Amino acid sequence: MNKVLIVGEHDGKTLNPATAKCVTCAASIPDSEISIAVLGADTAAVAAQAAAISGVKTVLRVDRAENQHPLAAIFAPQIVALAADYTHVFGPSTSFGKDLMPRVAALLGVAQVSDLMAVVGAFQFRRPIYAGNAIVTVEADASKKLVATVRVASYEAAASGGTGSVESKSLTVTLPSHTRYVGAKSGSTDRPDLQTAAKVVSGGRALASAENFKILYSLADKMGAAVGASRAAVDAGYAPNEMQVGQTGKIISPEIYIAFGISGAIQHLTGIKDARTIVAINKDAEAPIFEVADVGLVADLFQVVPELEKLIG
Amino acid sequence: MQKLMVCIKRVVDYNVRVRVKPDGSGVMLDGVKMSVNPFDEIALEEALRIKERLGNIEVIAVSIGVADTQQQLRTALAMGADRAILVQTDVAVEPLTAAQTFLALAKKENPDLIFLGKQAIDDDANQTGQMLAALWDRPQATYASKVEINGEKVAVTREVDAGLETIEVDLPAVISVDLRLNEPRYVKLPDIMKAKKKPLDVTSMDALGVSVTQFLKTVKVEPPAQRQKGVIVKDVAELVDVLKKKGLI
Repeated sequence: MNKVLIVGEHDGKTLNPATAKCVTCAASIPDSEISIAVLGADTAAVAAQAAAISGVKTVLRVDRAENQHPLAAIFAPQIVALAADYTHVFGPSTSFGKDLMPRVAALLGVAQVSDLMAVVGAFQFRRPIYAGNAIVTVEADASKKLVATVRVASYEAAASGGTGSVESKSLTVTLPSHTRYVGAKSGSTDRPDLQTAAKVVSGGRALASAENFKILYSLADKMGAAVGASRAAVDAGYAPNEMQVGQTGKIISPEIYIAFGISGAIQHLTGIKDARTIVAINKDAEAPIFEVADVGLVADLFQVVPELEKLIG
Repeated sequence: MQKLMVCIKRVVDYNVRVRVKPDGSGVMLDGVKMSVNPFDEIALEEALRIKERLGNIEVIAVSIGVADTQQQLRTALAMGADRAILVQTDVAVEPLTAAQTFLALAKKENPDLIFLGKQAIDDDANQTGQMLAALWDRPQATYASKVEINGEKVAVTREVDAGLETIEVDLPAVISVDLRLNEPRYVKLPDIMKAKKKPLDVTSMDALGVSVTQFLKTVKVEPPAQRQKGVIVKDVAELVDVLKKKGLI
């Protein structure tokens, strides 16, 4: 039996959909039994949400004042304590999981498989390297615990309707005081979350200013879409960092991705490869984005965006 | 603050389009241009700026790799690092072994801060900094986009999925850097000449007491699945038609 512990990601109120995607991945491991750990100051609500994910047997709650904010140095020793009975420990490949899981792996003295995109066997997995230009199949030692981050763009979220049990755990783990949370600044909007949105409208350097990016926000709001940006647009200050899509930004898998004025550097394409339909609008007919686009339109985005907004209205 | 250590990896240059070997054993590296991992360059730049701001700080660039990795360390010295250490090995080192090696160097050098890139653009693992911090039993501040040093504490602004987050950590600590922390300087010719005279020590895993463990066996390497080339539409009206037919808008 393979016992998989998934580290749940949440904001205190809502379980991040990345967690249900990790469950789908864990369920594809042969003969697996799945638990989710939720750490927080008060995890009653998110534990209930985790228990309702189909396929989850147990939810382990660790409520502690120090767990208010997800600091890797605080969470890692607790995850290690919880992991004793498990063969696999998974986290999402979000900024939360990517920060935390290697610390867990190192404390356990084992390797980590980053961005797990497919399960070949209980200890054999596929993952992208070189910005997705190559896919490697790796095999880990089955006698050791396996730590991994799950590439959430590769998995659909597991359905709800589960009836897992919830267990409160009190751990006697000494926590460090050398790392403290100060604050956060998020560009919170009413738009869907970029990581999980079904529709994404995205802009590149050709937008030419932060002011011009507003036409994409307007179109996105009409479509009910999230807004993304290329690295060039973020570096130029046209869009905030949390909107970056690509190798070093977010890897996403929407139903439709509409790229305006994005040339399509390989690092950007890495982030959108799993989109169901890619639409590219670019003045330059030679732009590499057309190589991967399902639908292309060679035109000036500043004419296309208002026209498109009118026609879909 | 007296000493900053910067970990550097030799990787295939950012501009090289990597190709998979026909036998599936790896990617083609013969004759390919190698460079300092771009994120590690940003890490070094940050250490150099701290040195220039606060003065009287030694910046040490360290790396693990084949003998030719000296080229990347010379680049680091030309950028402004004071000295360099190469832990020479011909085997590919996994993140945990890299972290154990950097830990051994940290114990010898006792740096106040260790800087490194958030990930290397070859294996895209994004692990070494966090693992090093764990083994060192010290704080980690990953994905840094701003670093402010206040005595024995450092406030680090981090790029996270939701936006920006700030944490405060006690020294010594490990900081892994993100893209927008700074723009690395260009190396000038006189600096390259000067760098040739700076000390570059070569040591080995054996000498540091680190054993190389292979945790993950590579079964095969394949090219990714290619997307089918799509259709080009002539105007917005046709675009809307196509998307409506697909039920996407």
